[in-house]
Amino acid sequence: MSDFVHTISFDDLVEITKLIRNVYGFDFVGYSQASLKRRVTRIMQLNNLSLFEIRSRLTNDSAFFDQFLTEVTVNVTEMFRDPGFFKVLRNEVFPYLASFQRIKVWNAGCSSGEELYSFAILLEEQGLYSRSFLYGTDINTRVLSKAKKGIYELSRMKQYSENFIATGSAHSLSDFYTAKYEAATISNKLKKNILFSVHNLVSDGVFNEFQMISCRNVLIYFDVELQERVIQLFYDSLCMLGFLCLGSKETLRSNEMAKRFRVVSKTENIYQKIA
Amino acid sequence: MVIGCSAGGFSLMFDILLSLPAEFPLAVVVIIHRSRKHKSSMEALLQKRTKVTVKLADGHEQMKTSVVYFAPTDYHLLLEPNGTFTLDCSEPLFFCRPAIDVTFESVSDVCKDKVIGLLLSGANQDGANGLAYIEANGGLAVVQDPSSAEVDVMPSSAIGTCKNPLVLNNSDIFELVSQITALKRTLN
Repeated sequence: MSDFVHTISFDDLVEITKLIRNVYGFDFVGYSQASLKRRVTRIMQLNNLSLFEIRSRLTNDSAFFDQFLTEVTVNVTEMFRDPGFFKVLRNEVFPYLASFQRIKVWNAGCSSGEELYSFAILLEEQGLYSRSFLYGTDINTRVLSKAKKGIYELSRMKQYSENFIATGSAHSLSDFYTAKYEAATISNKLKKNILFSVHNLVSDGVFNEFQMISCRNVLIYFDVELQERVIQLFYDSLCMLGFLCLGSKETLRSNEMAKRFRVVSKTENIYQKIA
Repeated sequence: MVIGCSAGGFSLMFDILLSLPAEFPLAVVVIIHRSRKHKSSMEALLQKRTKVTVKLADGHEQMKTSVVYFAPTDYHLLLEPNGTFTLDCSEPLFFCRPAIDVTFESVSDVCKDKVIGLLLSGANQDGANGLAYIEANGGLAVVQDPSSAEVDVMPSSAIGTCKNPLVLNNSDIFELVSQITALKRTLN
């Protein structure tokens, strides 16, 4: 990171976000400045761009903006990240979900789909998949096309399998993908009831009613005001007694919101809408 | 003040924190490499014995003096221009999350020349670039003398990366920390 040539100031960052808003209508207001600065600096380093060059590319080259959008947002994800979370889902949330006729799940900020497929596997394991439908949304079309394919590096599967075992599953993760060459492809039967599509938490609204919404490690990059707005969006998108799952370092923010949810798991940050 | 340490540096870091007076005039941010697989009660254990407050940093929390903040496992720790923390789960750096470089650079971006970076014993080069960054921004770069470090890779890399770091043995590190308090008292 400490390549001093490609460093920008916070003022430069404000200029860049203004430019993006004017040219593409894409608003980074409410995003963490520190995180954004680090990501933009990284893009400048990887592509060897000066401040002048990155501004001119962003202004004139919409294909570059697509690439920029992919790299500026954090797309690091895993299957069964935080096994303890999935354990609570299986033992305390899914028995409840089973009582709904249809189970609609929204994974907001799904990136390349690893978490959504983890939910699909868990639902399949519990015999609930056939009456479930899972939506994965992200602002980023490139990661969504990777998610749709459901093909991951085989080398990552060792870690994912360890995570899966740590969730307390009686199955093997390899029951749910096929390995060929260096790739692991998620089974087609798990892709049947899944839809990936573009949705921007900052500017788009409610698009369906869900029994469970999971949005983990996305809100950490938003300021308090934007977090509150997005939590409201989740509240409005949940059916009564539906579940909201946040990342281990995220909260419902306001006391008023906290009153409308029952805490299912304090450590894993799982809530149920009760009012 | 930002402290980075890894293999072989924990016990010295503990002793440094134990030596801090309740009114230590700086905020202290500590980045250590530890596994996400095991629950750690390091902060709670330290809090029982330190005079300053020791805690895990929360997102949106305002950084304050006389408080020691640890980066939570599995997250990078960043500082915003308004002095609040942000947690970040982007790619690990040198297989590390939290990475020392990430926090050193972020704190330096905000606090510029009002930063002391201290890098202790460790087995990889994380922290070296961050410390050079602090130095280039006018902050003070301090490295544990590799000959007194249990594992010298981390301090040695930093000495290679920084232009003119202050290389201190263990007792001089304690002296530096106590001078910070003494200096503040004099200024008051």
